[in-house]
Amino acid sequence: MKRIISLFLVLIMILSMAACSRNDDEVKTAVSVEEIKKPEYKSGQTITLKVYNWGEYISDGSEDSLDVNAAFEEYFNTNRSSLYGGAKVKVEYSTYPTNEDMYSKLKNSAVAYDIVVPSDYMIEKLKNEGMLFSFDTSTLSNYKNIPESFKKAYYDENNEYSVPYTYGMMGVIYNKEIVDKNDIYDEDNKKTWGLLWNEKYKNNILQFNNPRDAFATAMYWKGLNVNSTDPDEWDKALELLKEQKPLLQGYVNDEIFNKMKTESAAIAPYFVGDFLTMAEEEENLDFYYPDEGVNYFVDAMCIPSCSQNPHIAKEYINFMIGETAAVANAMYIGYASPNSAVINSEEYIEAMNEYAYEGENGEGAYELLYNYTPDVVNAAYDSLYPGEISPACYRSFDPDIQTHVNTLWEDLKISGSTELWVHILSIAIVVAVVAYAGYSIYIRKKRSRDYRMRDKQKMLEKRTKALENAQKPTE
Amino acid sequence: MNKKRSFMNSIAAAPHIFWAVLFIILPLLIVLYYAFTDSDGHFSFSNIASLPSYASIFWLSLELSIIATAICLLLGYPLAYIIAKSKPKTQKILSMLLMLPMWTNLLIRTYSIMAILDNGGIINTLLGTSMQIVGTKGAVIFGMVYDFLPYMVLPIYTCISKIDKNMWEAASDLGCNTFSTLTKVIIPLSRSGIISGVTMVLVPSISTFYISQKLGGGTFELIGDTIERQFVTGALNVGAAISLVMMILILISLTVMNKFGDSDEGGIIV
Repeated sequence: MKRIISLFLVLIMILSMAACSRNDDEVKTAVSVEEIKKPEYKSGQTITLKVYNWGEYISDGSEDSLDVNAAFEEYFNTNRSSLYGGAKVKVEYSTYPTNEDMYSKLKNSAVAYDIVVPSDYMIEKLKNEGMLFSFDTSTLSNYKNIPESFKKAYYDENNEYSVPYTYGMMGVIYNKEIVDKNDIYDEDNKKTWGLLWNEKYKNNILQFNNPRDAFATAMYWKGLNVNSTDPDEWDKALELLKEQKPLLQGYVNDEIFNKMKTESAAIAPYFVGDFLTMAEEEENLDFYYPDEGVNYFVDAMCIPSCSQNPHIAKEYINFMIGETAAVANAMYIGYASPNSAVINSEEYIEAMNEYAYEGENGEGAYELLYNYTPDVVNAAYDSLYPGEISPACYRSFDPDIQTHVNTLWEDLKISGSTELWVHILSIAIVVAVVAYAGYSIYIRKKRSRDYRMRDKQKMLEKRTKALENAQKPTE
Repeated sequence: MNKKRSFMNSIAAAPHIFWAVLFIILPLLIVLYYAFTDSDGHFSFSNIASLPSYASIFWLSLELSIIATAICLLLGYPLAYIIAKSKPKTQKILSMLLMLPMWTNLLIRTYSIMAILDNGGIINTLLGTSMQIVGTKGAVIFGMVYDFLPYMVLPIYTCISKIDKNMWEAASDLGCNTFSTLTKVIIPLSRSGIISGVTMVLVPSISTFYISQKLGGGTFELIGDTIERQFVTGALNVGAAISLVMMILILISLTVMNKFGDSDEGGIIV
């Protein structure tokens, strides 16, 4: 027993050795990469650079694309190796499906990642928890490729924690054959989120199956702040979503691809990069950005504070925003690129023209991605709500609001879902089972009582017989 | 000699114990830890206290899984009976056919059902209609039945085929026809199979989240979805508390069900 307990303690100790998280008592100030000494790399040594990125989020050499990680290794080993004592680098690449997965892995596992690519709100959270290295972005030779509009973002005001990798915007996908073009405009002739609430398309509308994005569609529509800390605003949005629920075909995540391609549904909110993929297979699909405001996300490269090779991580970041790697990635991923070298690259523009999508004014995928940019969104919001910070980007929730939103989401899921037959049938089954069990217990008891009675009777008969027999000879 | 054997035994058992500790007991302790702490790691009952608000979701999951289990039993018992009664060669083929869908991953099977039942899916295309099937509770029950039916049939089939042939003969000798043999002899003797079948269908259907997400169209949540969402949105503590209560409830219901199983047959899991 003692051995088992001690085994437990050892295991718990191993599991609680968190790599990147720090104790609450420590001061949460970031360490700068430039301040720490470069490890002593030796010639002939192979350094493993651990890169942790979203799935399907890098050009990996499939379908004639450039293998960016291999290209980095080659570049580093031939051009930069001498700065690191002649050491060679090897990229170890792994992927995650959500920001939250990445966060918990970073916080709880002992793997020391050198590069992660979180979204905006997650960068803010990691930064606030002291889980990132800061670094001097001006020392990156390719940093000039990053447009000014992506610098000094709210999550990284001094450009010292992150370098943007991709970005994307949310909008509405609709089927041109089914949806009347006039319905995407409101009374003021502005493109509106209201299409998702249009009763004409009952059972043909899809909605996000996660609270953050679903609430956002309602909040953008009615000019509520998606980063509000006021529970009342969320309650208002809930009313809108409840109103919408009877019109919906369902709340979906990645099923949206299939449903839109097979024309199972006609209207859905989603991200523009994914829309381009869908439009490859279904030519009736079109896309618009509602004028009331949309969400955009930025995924950016960061160096976690657990990194063992932050200097080489910087080399990696610099390579990724260089023209070769950035163009290859942008073509592979299909999301918009926050990189002027990509936007102006002829190779890239040509590749974007190969997309099947064609808007009504003849604009192609390139125009759809880049004509409506985050700064346009922010400017539009400024003119609508002067003086307020644009809520186009999601901010990290504080725990109270997170709980509140979760509760509202459950409320939404429960609402209106009364199908009486479910209650009746299940209660009938339970009653039947209980009745059967009771009956069989009763039968069993009765039988065993009967048997016991019979045994008793037999015994009595035997005894009387024996008595009779015993008495006989004396007669 | 004896001492030596017990030493050898403990060596042989060591990997299993290590496995059990690492992957069963330790995770349970972690769930326990999260269920009774708040997000800052301080001891707290607030997660447990917040559970009553999930009661209606829990009831819905329970109701749907009870219906699915009952349908599985109604479909599965005759099937198991037919398989057990057929010739050995046919038995092999039939049980292989039963197992065949299980070679495909559950997620893929569920996703394909969604594609079949969808508004623009195969059924609606063939009929030329656009019935709304995905998104109803019926579709979720259908998915549960489809996915978990083999778990009902297999234990019952094993149980029936283990019944001594003499029992059947004795029953008919004593005047039972086929039907009363079934009701008076075979069903009571295969009770342990029924109970393990019911358990193996009921427990995964209560806690399923994938089936309800895909076939329920996300318009309602089952308790599995709720737990999943809590974990995904980072509310580990509430998620852990729900899981803990679920585990306890399942444990209780298994114990109750075992009471009805034949004690000497040993029956099932708990």
